[in-house]
Amino acid sequence: MRTSPATRTAQYAAMLLYVVFLGFPLLWLVSTAFKSAPELSRLNPTLLPTDWTIGNFQAAFQQSQLLSALRNSLVVAVATAVITTVIALPAAYALSRYKSVVRNVGIGWILVSQVFPFILIVIPVFIVLRNLGLLDTLVGLVLVYVVWALPFTLWMLQGYVAAIPRDLEEAAATDGASKPVVLRRIIFPLLVPGLVATSMFAFISAWNEFFFALVIIQDPALQTAPLLLARYVGAEGSVNLGPLAATALITTLPSLIVFGIIQRKLVSGMLSGSVKG
Amino acid sequence: MVQLTAKPSRSEAARRRPVRSGRSRSNQRQMWLLLLPSLVPVVVFSVYPLLNGIWLGFTDAKAGYNVQFRFNGLDNYTKLLQDDLFWNSFKIGLIWAFSVTALQFLLALGLAMLLSAGLRFQWLVRPLALVPWAMPSVIVAILWKLVYNPDAGILNAALKSLHVISTDINWLGDFELALPAVIVVGVWAGMPQTTIALLAGLQNTPDELHEAAKLDGANAWQRFLAVTWPAIRPVAIAISSLDFVWNFNSFGLVYVLTEGGPGGRTLLPMLFAYQRAFGNGEFGYASALGNAMVIVIMLIMGLYLRRQLREAI
Repeated sequence: MRTSPATRTAQYAAMLLYVVFLGFPLLWLVSTAFKSAPELSRLNPTLLPTDWTIGNFQAAFQQSQLLSALRNSLVVAVATAVITTVIALPAAYALSRYKSVVRNVGIGWILVSQVFPFILIVIPVFIVLRNLGLLDTLVGLVLVYVVWALPFTLWMLQGYVAAIPRDLEEAAATDGASKPVVLRRIIFPLLVPGLVATSMFAFISAWNEFFFALVIIQDPALQTAPLLLARYVGAEGSVNLGPLAATALITTLPSLIVFGIIQRKLVSGMLSGSVKG
Repeated sequence: MVQLTAKPSRSEAARRRPVRSGRSRSNQRQMWLLLLPSLVPVVVFSVYPLLNGIWLGFTDAKAGYNVQFRFNGLDNYTKLLQDDLFWNSFKIGLIWAFSVTALQFLLALGLAMLLSAGLRFQWLVRPLALVPWAMPSVIVAILWKLVYNPDAGILNAALKSLHVISTDINWLGDFELALPAVIVVGVWAGMPQTTIALLAGLQNTPDELHEAAKLDGANAWQRFLAVTWPAIRPVAIAISSLDFVWNFNSFGLVYVLTEGGPGGRTLLPMLFAYQRAFGNGEFGYASALGNAMVIVIMLIMGLYLRRQLREAI
């Protein structure tokens, strides 16, 4: 379709505005992270550092809690990713292969879980974890994250299962393969890409989560990176802006990298429902 | 025993199509076995807490071990209706949720249309449009705190160099400006999901129809109304509903940006409920607030979806 030059110009102008709105805050974070302390306290800040320094990153890592917070976040996110995927796999298979009321109830639950405010869930979860002695532990946090990541994980995975032709299974069954063998030898290998994508999604959601961590974790030695950062913000003066930006950047990197890898799959997974529906 | 009875039916299944009922019964058992590992944690940490949370909203529950609490009917709700902070936080919550959702939708629609217009520099815009999705809300908040910083922030510096303002503005500390400033952050953080959903909707728009409408002399706006909008409408309704719910229930972003301040001007319902539950230990009252939030969401969604459906018919 031909578009007039005037329209094209307007389109590029609009695109430039989007780039400014979406990109400048990010650029500013990077820029602040690489500025020196004297430059940060200067009255008229410049968009880019006049001389780039990695001093803020060194300062961030010297702060004893950052490494332990990153380690806690990593442990929690990896555990969440593994457990969510392992328990979601059979359930996703069941949801996509056995058409029944359960499927509708399952999908209904996925929707309902989006509507209810977390405050209704977090108080009883707090009480349950306290009764189990899991309050203020990483194990308790992982349990909550697994359940929290399950709806979307199930949604994505059942889409991947549905994409595998039934004929494959039936052919193998006719050849005398039992159900577990069919699942292990035929379905599982075909699902590996989908499993990687969904486990990475679970990783990101656990790595980024804040609210449950705020309620469940009190011990500073157990805090995750978002908790550390949120507490750090309170103590900010302009002197601390540099290390704060550096810490924020370090904390975002893992989820950005993982997100970059699965971005395509995540997008299509999210759309598999809305487009067909 | 189970083995003995199960085996023949399976070999029979291999030979010919089995009787429906027998097959579906063994299928049922298999299905539940497969669902079990997910079902148990979901029930313990999601279904039960939710039901319990709704019930707590009708009790005088308090934080603390072994505190006895009892059903107190609608006491929490009569107290709620007399609580100025409740009205204040729900008013702010609705302003926030409506503004963020509407702005998100319009901006995302514009971006999605640009991204599907076959322009150059898409390699730059596409990733930028996705990045906020991957960032923890705490980091998004910190990012914008740096932008809004009165002394060292880029926003004041830029506005000063453009001579729009002469003195530094304390964006997040000002009674009038804090809520709009926070809304901008909300829009920024929620752009990706909305943009992607609308992009997918746009891909469903039939190109031939566009061409035909153009040949008939329809201008861009007429073409949008006649061709594009009907195609993206279902996606648009779905994503704006979800956005509204997410925004009304939002917590982390504003908690880190302002903690509800200054003077409660950005105290969203979730922040208010959080303060009540874990600051004051009023579990029952906070749960009642949660129930009130659900009712508000259902009312608004009900009205919105009913209107949309009626228009569709």
